Amino acid sequence: MTQLSDLFIKTKSENRAALIGYMPAGFPTKDECIMAIKAMVAGGVDAVEIGYPYSDPVMDGPVIQAAAELALSNGTGASDVFDILEATVAMGVPAVVMTYWNPIERFGVENFANEIAKRGGSGVITPDLTIEESSGWKSACESAGINRIYVVAPSSSEERLPKVASECSGFVYAASLMGVTGTRNSVSGNARSLVERVKKATDTPVSVGLGVSTKDQAHEVAAYADGVIVGSAFIRQLQESSSMGEGLERVEKLARDLSEGVRR
Amino acid sequence: MIEDFVGHFGPYGGRFVPEALIGALDELTAAHESAKNDPEFQKTLSDLHRTYTGRPSIMTEAPRFAEHAGNARIFLKREDLNHTGSHKINNVLGQALLTKRMGKKRIIAETGAGQHGVASATAAALMGLECVVYMGEEDTKRQSLNVARMKLLGAQVVPVTQGSRTLKDAINEAMRDWVTNVATTHYLLGTVAGPHPFPTMVRDFHRVIGVESRAQMLELTGRLPDAVLACVGGGSNAIGIFHPFIDDAGVRLIGLEAGGDGVATGRHAATISGGTPGVLHGTRSYVLQDVNGQTVESHSISAGLDYPGVGPEHAFLSDIGRAEYRAITDAQAMEAFSILCKTEGIIPAIETAHALAGAMIVGRELGPKANLLINLSGRGDKDVQTAADYFGIPL
Ligand SMILES: Cc1ncc(COP(=O)(O)O)c(C=O)c1O
Repeated sequence: MTQLSDLFIKTKSENRAALIGYMPAGFPTKDECIMAIKAMVAGGVDAVEIGYPYSDPVMDGPVIQAAAELALSNGTGASDVFDILEATVAMGVPAVVMTYWNPIERFGVENFANEIAKRGGSGVITPDLTIEESSGWKSACESAGINRIYVVAPSSSEERLPKVASECSGFVYAASLMGVTGTRNSVSGNARSLVERVKKATDTPVSVGLGVSTKDQAHEVAAYADGVIVGSAFIRQLQESSSMGEGLERVEKLARDLSEGVRR
Repeated sequence: MIEDFVGHFGPYGGRFVPEALIGALDELTAAHESAKNDPEFQKTLSDLHRTYTGRPSIMTEAPRFAEHAGNARIFLKREDLNHTGSHKINNVLGQALLTKRMGKKRIIAETGAGQHGVASATAAALMGLECVVYMGEEDTKRQSLNVARMKLLGAQVVPVTQGSRTLKDAINEAMRDWVTNVATTHYLLGTVAGPHPFPTMVRDFHRVIGVESRAQMLELTGRLPDAVLACVGGGSNAIGIFHPFIDDAGVRLIGLEAGGDGVATGRHAATISGGTPGVLHGTRSYVLQDVNGQTVESHSISAGLDYPGVGPEHAFLSDIGRAEYRAITDAQAMEAFSILCKTEGIIPAIETAHALAGAMIVGRELGPKANLLINLSGRGDKDVQTAADYFGIPL
């Protein structure tokens, strides 16, 4: 259906998980954001999630909050998100937008889905959209031909998990732990059992996010998941560097390490 | 009457939350539904209200204030006399009992003015629960007395330094805590906003205000009031007094929002008067937002009304024309504040002063034959510093 399904066929045939990197649009600036994505891709990231910075990011920890605040103070808006999406697709990797729901509703549900498709995006991850509130979004995505990706959590009930998972296309985003985004010292033991539960419910690939930041953690997750999502760790490379040049080098190096990690 | 099974009020309400919270929201919905139909629970709550809150709260006629309100008859529903000083305790005791019913031992709460935080800390002390209150750093300064009260009551107060450092950011931080600790923790939300079941459940706990008022007005005046007025932040005191009157077509329901420097200036918190439909904090309602769907900072002299969202049932009541919403500026509210102090010997909360300013306007519109019922949602002890600064009284 879209480039995402091709990607997971490829990574499976290479006996590895896909490495998916997250970067908030407009962080630290629009141009530098594109440079950072380029560095991620150069280091071996297989697909990119572009975050739509939002004023009230209740699913995000301090690292992404600070990045989003900076992006917003630069005036980042919908058109920048779409430009960055287009630039990422031009790098030859599948790209999706991750956004809280209100910016989609404000832009217009159908217009948003159509614009994603027009710019070559594969789909949209919506961390605060419940399947109950999705009817308009579902038809908009179907007619635009893009993937809808929901997040499932360790607390999702046996009854609910298959319902949410079966609404996903491209991949299912499995939140490894109960909590917000950010780096953690270890990957929660919940992640593996959650992935196993999702796999019982659907054939759609499953990617694990929240708390993965190192090569070893990526390796551990790649043993049971189809994709490994890393966000805060990339952002921290830029936040902790004294120059953009150093930041880009560190981003590329981290991508290279993680990319070795996802090989089984 | 109007909400469906997933908490919609027309196009408003619903649930826009991380999947991680769905289980807890379902559990809470079930607990609320079963408690609603459990005479034992209802008796425990009403006994607490009688012996602890001080319910029923009295009704006070305000004839000297009425001289400033077109000589309409003015009746004040005295929620300010409740234990902890505002209507907030009605909801808090209800939810704290539900917390115990669900077997949870920790509550978290957000607070703006501090009234909901104080009420939550109070209920936690009473029922032996651990309590953490998130409060915007800006508000901890505006309402330092309430911060001290919460600490005296044994709660932990966490100043929130993100974003605008006010109520909306305190809610964000409470939601992050909840996503992380949901197995052991109940989020004791303080108003009729947020994801289902909060708008419905919090309303149900505040309906007692309207139920008592309706009977008291009938007893005092022999008829229903011509208009019911209340200030609207998130909208809990307003929906509590409005709800039992919704089917009484002859009773006007008027919500007073915080107009700050004036809605036209953009520096206000009048969400229905000056906002647009959108999603914030898990519910669809009116929101103060920009073209990209980013929440815009609200402004009000009153910390408890300084919120860029509003409860979804109010959005619906406004759209269908059953309730009206008007904006009251800081200056209008402070004038009414001062008048009530000097004419009736009652120092109201600044939030409540917005409802009083509305009564001065509506009273003049309707004239001496009209009976106006006003929800006196809270007392002004916490606002003495702000009011003294405003009126130039040296401390
Ligand atoms: C006395 C008083 N009235 C009103 C409010 C506004 O809240 P709501 O609109 O939910 O009643 C507050 C909030 O802190 C308050 O303390």
